[in-house]
Amino acid sequence: MPTAGRSPRAVLLRRLLLPLIVIAGLVLVWDLAIRVFAVPAYVVPTPASVGQALVKERARLLDNAIPTILESLGGFALGNLVAIAAALAFVHNKVLERALYPVAVAVRTLPIVAIAPILVLLLGNGYAPKVAIAALITFFPTLVNMVEGLESADVQAMELMHVLSASKSEIVRYVRWPSSLPYLFSAMRIASTSSVLGALVAEWIGTNRGLGYLIVLTTYDFRTALLYAAMVVTSAIALAFFFLVSILEWLLVRWER
Amino acid sequence: MAPIEIACRDVSMVFATSAGSVQALANVTLEVERGDFVSLIGPSGCGKSTLLRLIADVLQPTAGSIEVRGGPAMHARLAREFGFVFQHPGLLLWRTAQANVSLPLEVGGWGRRHDPPHQPDELLSLVGLKGFEHAYPRQLSGGMQQRVSIARALVTGPPILLMDEPFGALDEITRDHLNQELLRIWVATGTTILFVTHSIPEAVYLSNRVFVFTPRPGRVLEQVRIDLPSPRAPSIKDTPEFVKHTSTLRRALAQGG
Repeated sequence: MPTAGRSPRAVLLRRLLLPLIVIAGLVLVWDLAIRVFAVPAYVVPTPASVGQALVKERARLLDNAIPTILESLGGFALGNLVAIAAALAFVHNKVLERALYPVAVAVRTLPIVAIAPILVLLLGNGYAPKVAIAALITFFPTLVNMVEGLESADVQAMELMHVLSASKSEIVRYVRWPSSLPYLFSAMRIASTSSVLGALVAEWIGTNRGLGYLIVLTTYDFRTALLYAAMVVTSAIALAFFFLVSILEWLLVRWER
Repeated sequence: MAPIEIACRDVSMVFATSAGSVQALANVTLEVERGDFVSLIGPSGCGKSTLLRLIADVLQPTAGSIEVRGGPAMHARLAREFGFVFQHPGLLLWRTAQANVSLPLEVGGWGRRHDPPHQPDELLSLVGLKGFEHAYPRQLSGGMQQRVSIARALVTGPPILLMDEPFGALDEITRDHLNQELLRIWVATGTTILFVTHSIPEAVYLSNRVFVFTPRPGRVLEQVRIDLPSPRAPSIKDTPEFVKHTSTLRRALAQGG
């Protein structure tokens, strides 16, 4: 183990320090490039002006971040729940799997940017189409991973459950579900960030709230500092979701460590 | 004569595979008496593991009948009349050694409906794992994991123990040690044991009767009685009587081709 002999805090610090140094370096390059090439502020703002926008416009950013957070969380939860339910059904009913799995793959190939306006037409201007798109983006990776995870149960453990005359629900509870957790968390780590992306894309059309809306608006108005600030906030939200999922995984999937 | 615990009459098993049907067993007839330690020995793929799974009602025979303690194998399975030890321990990685041992008590609520004959901790010390009750499978060696799985098979106090090459994946030192332990457990619990192996010395050391199987399709070629005194110390392996028995088995196996 490469981390043996170091305290967990030292390991964590090291893990955080390296990416932070890289980010700081990139910001520095960004700032220098603007100065050297004399890029106008309406094309690319300076890091300092983005920082200022983050502070000065914080009320507005927060106001627009809340709907995006709610939509992403709602879509994330809905997409995962439906995917888990579908995976459980597929594992127990092969006919259902053969009938519906290809449909799920086909839906996946439709570009989200094209589905978004259709869903807005169907579901209106409120939260519903945004949650639906975030859910749609979440659904597929979880479905694929969950089916694989539920099937990944150890052969001898499954035979043992048969010898013990276990019911289907007991097999799920004792063997299949815990076996699938590492797979579920891999999918959820992907979905944690892509659900934010889904909500953002949905906000590009037919709404006047949310970070997606703010990004479109500031692009048209050449308010690039605020545009960049909105991107920073979006990225921070996605990162926070990612960390939450990772922490949950760390707490629940102890045996994989 | 002691009562018959397991009776197989003219048992045949044919598997349908994509490459056609494969006959695994042909007209196998054998009986195991109460308190016996019986080994099935034969070349790899001779169907001896299949026979164990037929007795455990994990598979159903194509022809012939199987009786376990005077009734169909399914009844014996539902009544938990046998414990099964697999080639690989098949422990649930998210459960401690203790929780793995108590799994058969939880499944189907068996522990609530019956007075458990053994406490999981008691069995863990019987298999020499005192102090490892709260260890997870990943923290245990292969030999220790297999001991946990033996304790798990014994927790409901089954009159019969079916063991499918339980020590086949272990190194010889560990195997010798566990063979000794198994004899001790057999004497301590009075369980009838049906043991599949492809090691001649192991079969001679452990059993009072050995059934020699032919290559596929497996048939009973010969029944050999091992009349070595009990209890057996490891030093018995150096006696001329022991060597006489191993050469009898070796000749029988060679005759099967």
